[in-house]
Amino acid sequence: MTLLLGAVAYDPKVVTIWEGFCTLFARHGLDVDYVLYSHYERQVEALFSGQVHVAWNSPLAHLQTERLAAKAGRQARAFCMRDSDQDLTSLVLVRRDDPAQTLADLKGRVVAVGAVDSPQATLLPLGALARAGLQPGVDVTVKLHDVLRGKHGDHIGGERDAVRALVRGEADAACVIDGNHLLFTREGTLAPGAVRTLYQTPPYDHCVFSALDTAPQAEVARLKELLLGMSYDDPEARPLLDLEGLKQWREGRTSGLAQLDEAITRLGSIDAWLSEAAARL
Amino acid sequence: MTQASPRLVLGALGLERGGILLLKRALQALAPGERLEVCGESPELPVHLRAWARAQGQGFTEQDGRLWLTRADHGRWRGAERAGGVAAAGVVETPQARWGLAARGALVEAGAPTFHFVLNEKSEVWAEEAGRLYAQAAAAQWDPATAIPWDAEITHPDEVEDAVVQVMTYLIENETAALLVPARFLGQLHPHFREVMQLLAITAADEARHIEVFTRRASLRRETLGLSTHGGQASLKTLLEEPDFALASFLLSVLGEGSFLSLLWFLQEHAPDVITRQVCRLAAQDEARHVAFGLAHLSRHVALDPGLRGRLALAIQSRNQALAQTAGLNEEVFDALVILAAGGFEPEQIALGHDRVLTLHHDMDHGRRVRLERLGFSEEEAAALSALHTRNFM
Repeated sequence: MTLLLGAVAYDPKVVTIWEGFCTLFARHGLDVDYVLYSHYERQVEALFSGQVHVAWNSPLAHLQTERLAAKAGRQARAFCMRDSDQDLTSLVLVRRDDPAQTLADLKGRVVAVGAVDSPQATLLPLGALARAGLQPGVDVTVKLHDVLRGKHGDHIGGERDAVRALVRGEADAACVIDGNHLLFTREGTLAPGAVRTLYQTPPYDHCVFSALDTAPQAEVARLKELLLGMSYDDPEARPLLDLEGLKQWREGRTSGLAQLDEAITRLGSIDAWLSEAAARL
Repeated sequence: MTQASPRLVLGALGLERGGILLLKRALQALAPGERLEVCGESPELPVHLRAWARAQGQGFTEQDGRLWLTRADHGRWRGAERAGGVAAAGVVETPQARWGLAARGALVEAGAPTFHFVLNEKSEVWAEEAGRLYAQAAAAQWDPATAIPWDAEITHPDEVEDAVVQVMTYLIENETAALLVPARFLGQLHPHFREVMQLLAITAADEARHIEVFTRRASLRRETLGLSTHGGQASLKTLLEEPDFALASFLLSVLGEGSFLSLLWFLQEHAPDVITRQVCRLAAQDEARHVAFGLAHLSRHVALDPGLRGRLALAIQSRNQALAQTAGLNEEVFDALVILAAGGFEPEQIALGHDRVLTLHHDMDHGRRVRLERLGFSEEEAAALSALHTRNFM
């Protein structure tokens, strides 16, 4: 049988990536085809309707899958992930001379974030603010930079816009993932020393491959085996791994999603979607 | 174990300002699995080091304010291949298609894309003299604006100027073929044969310059150029359409440009003005190099593949048959050459000019026979083949 894999087309390179991986899988006897979605919510529902057997999910999409599965009496699992998706941190940046010393000092001020559904640039930092007693939209003004909504912050543009807003003085704080802070400084969006880190989240994890308990077990197990066996030393796999931004596939884990789980519970970020999606099941 | 780890002290240098270079250098010195402690004063160092390590697949640990990297065991350069050697001695017989555009002697990452260069056999293209001829060509480049006395006086009669313009028109057409043929093969040549690639490129540049100076000379006193004939173009078309590198360079360089050398020397001697004489002298210098390369790589090729000689002979015969129905050198060019060699219109002068053009034909034939013999043809074969060469000279 053909194993159908869902992925979100946040960039044209996604076609190259999955065409390449499917060719590699076929060479090892596993027939995989891919279906691209324009946003994660559609992909999560497609997993439940059986349009796809596995989904390459954002961390938020995996939590959406888990919660929808709970409502449907099914089980979701994360079976594989990239090495580069483990132990990320997000930062709340302020200008160097800003008087704030803790998150609580941002009360009454403007916080620039990424896309509304970005775990790293919006949900996790706003969750941290909420934990610190600042309710987003009430105690702090949230300035969204909604680039490609539905892509769960996969597009870097939202974070770049948030940082630019901070630099221009249109916001008092900006939220970015640690790697983008390095990137923005290297590319000149941020002058070295122009901002400082007010807060850094504990490490968390990012994208995972999700499957439901109804997925074809043997094929999913073979897919996982092929992914984990892929080596950066292999010249055929290496260009694809470079494009997808990893050196090695790892066993999936959900312990690193707890922080996001807590944040969306606190913020109620997916409650409305969950009710609607559950009603459509 | 922690205390025994090597340390990299970055001081105030952040990763955003070049610290990454020092990180990579320090990691390179470690074996996979070994740890490196990274110390620095940049406040963003812990954040940036974590992000960089994650993206690079290197291990990262932060403990009690101290930072460590653990060198990973994956390598982009595993399975990489050296693309021959940088010197001419490092040229291989058949360079790999996946070496592509990489510099000869570079280390090429495994899995690099393949390039399909048709001319990828050393035996087909190489000449030991290529490097020397390229260096000679690069050193001998002349500037058309300053190397020729464009303002020198022209005092000869209009009819003689007409003859100069007709000869220049003919030369431009032929030099265009001499530019396009090497340019076409240049795009098919594996860049591993760097010296040959450079030589073909500079040959094309030489011809571009020749076209420039012949055009400029022809336009000094005239607004229109001379005649272009069916026979002339038909002859050049057979050169352009020859798909085989060895055969094309044989017909073009050894026979065609070889004959042109005699023609340019003839013009250098008999042209009526110093401008034309200088233009032809400089062009002849370049053409001599083109002929030398053609002879050099064909001599090597024939030595490795004696069967090539038969194919070369056949190429002359085929071309002769293809051009049998054409007129050969156009009458106007012939007459123009006679006028230039005559130096006047008195019957005795014209007779002398005519004799000189016949001598030119003999010189061309002699040169071709000498070059054919250098390629291993017997005296009789060389004489017979030379006689079959196109009457259009090129």
